[in-house]
Amino acid sequence: MMLWSWLDTWLHTAQQLAWAPFAEFAFMRRALAGTLALALSSAPLGVLLTLRRMSLFGDALSHAVLPGVAIGFILFGLSLPALSIGGFLAGVTVVAVATRISRSTGLKEDASLASIYLIALALGVMLISMNGSKLDLLHILFGNVLGVDRGGLLLVAGVSSFSLMLGALAYRGLLLESFDPSYLAASGARGGLFQHLFLMLVVMNLVASFQTLGTLMAVGLMMLPAVSARLWHDTLPAQLLNSAVQAALAAYAGLLLSYYSGAPSGPTIILCAAACYLASLLIAPRGCLPRLWRHPCRRA
Amino acid sequence: MKPVIALHDVSVAYRRQAALQHVSGVLAQASLTAVLGPNGAGKSTFLKAVLGLVPVDSGRVEIHVPRKLIAYLPQQAEIDRGFPISVLDCVCLGYWQRLGSLGGLNSAMTEGAQDALRAVGLQGFERRPIGSLSAGQMQRVLFARILVQDADVILLDEPFNAVDARTTDDLLALIRGWHAQQRTVVAVLHDHEQVRRYFPQAVLLARQLVAWGDTADVLAAANLQRARHMADAGSAGNGDRWPELAA
Repeated sequence: MMLWSWLDTWLHTAQQLAWAPFAEFAFMRRALAGTLALALSSAPLGVLLTLRRMSLFGDALSHAVLPGVAIGFILFGLSLPALSIGGFLAGVTVVAVATRISRSTGLKEDASLASIYLIALALGVMLISMNGSKLDLLHILFGNVLGVDRGGLLLVAGVSSFSLMLGALAYRGLLLESFDPSYLAASGARGGLFQHLFLMLVVMNLVASFQTLGTLMAVGLMMLPAVSARLWHDTLPAQLLNSAVQAALAAYAGLLLSYYSGAPSGPTIILCAAACYLASLLIAPRGCLPRLWRHPCRRA
Repeated sequence: MKPVIALHDVSVAYRRQAALQHVSGVLAQASLTAVLGPNGAGKSTFLKAVLGLVPVDSGRVEIHVPRKLIAYLPQQAEIDRGFPISVLDCVCLGYWQRLGSLGGLNSAMTEGAQDALRAVGLQGFERRPIGSLSAGQMQRVLFARILVQDADVILLDEPFNAVDARTTDDLLALIRGWHAQQRTVVAVLHDHEQVRRYFPQAVLLARQLVAWGDTADVLAAANLQRARHMADAGSAGNGDRWPELAA
């Protein structure tokens, strides 16, 4: 009897702890909804990025959107639509210029992207520091998930719904384009179309995440669950699903932890994703421990 | 014979470096043609020019079949063999031409893919990820994908590279089956004996067209000698690039 009542109280408290912050505060609910939406749409895109060996691409892009954001900021102040549109345009321009350079000079795509994004980053930082305070810059780079308002939430939800739907419609083409591009091109389909579509979705997701996580942290929610999902499964649909689930878990756990500990929410979410990654590295079927188990002789 | 693909004075260059110059010729319907030549002779470029995968600098390629009815087997190096896809799904990609991004796969199609896997000797491999296959098994899967595609024209880029002898024999039997079904097949190959025995037509390249026609004529000693000279001239005395010719 004692045990039962103790267990009951304990469960009740756990439930309280796990849900109370969201029940109590509207900003926590909005933060949760926003990060969950981002988790669902950006982590699967991250899986596709890793498959194309473009894992660092998101990182480069997250810096590259800065001058567009800066110009939006200078012209319209801290207005979300202006910052987002500016960021989106800058991201798309950087991708287009980088592709153009690599096609016409023979520089590898990552080299031309690296040079263009570094230029964009310097330009963006300069523009912002000449026209605003350091705090503004920090806000743009790191976001503030607890400051998401209704408009911001709608933007995030809209972008993630759009990118999930478009991703589902173009799924087969996206898959074929990264698995066997010459086969796709030989069939007469324009392979470049799928690549552009895909990169546009990546830019959109990074930009959408900027008020919630900031562009820099958004890449973490995109890539960490994606990389660890690849350790779990042999087929793409399972990897995509797994990455979205891990990202959602990280988003929820991160928000909760940051609420109780007072730590900044963005980095806490990413560190929760990192914890999932470390766990996956150890126990996932393609992680370290099962490998040791299967090939004990390789331990030396 | 009705021409399926015709090349008129086709030249291709990569970064101003000529890869293929002034190639003209006709691939007839139901022909079985081997494309031969030293390394860097433009064999793969030949197929890619036909498919429009590389821009043609001058000349033109005429194709008299719908694009959907052309199947292409890229070199294995161009395919990501670590990609998380099952053998059956990979074979089903052969329906891409018919279904595009949106069309639904029906059960008859899945059965067709399973039949194709049986035909290439990979029964029971349906659920395996392609990452677990050997090079020979992977090539069998790609042949199954071509079977599923049911194309009139089949272009194969080095189908027997890094493939064991038994797989080569099995795949060669499939190619001869396609020929018997009146399909047009073009394959980039290296083994002259094999070509002499199974391929009635041949194209010999050394950045330019050396010869195109019946295999016995194309593989005459004089032509092979000429191809070697042209390759040597083009690559500044890299004579060991085609050892089988030196013999």
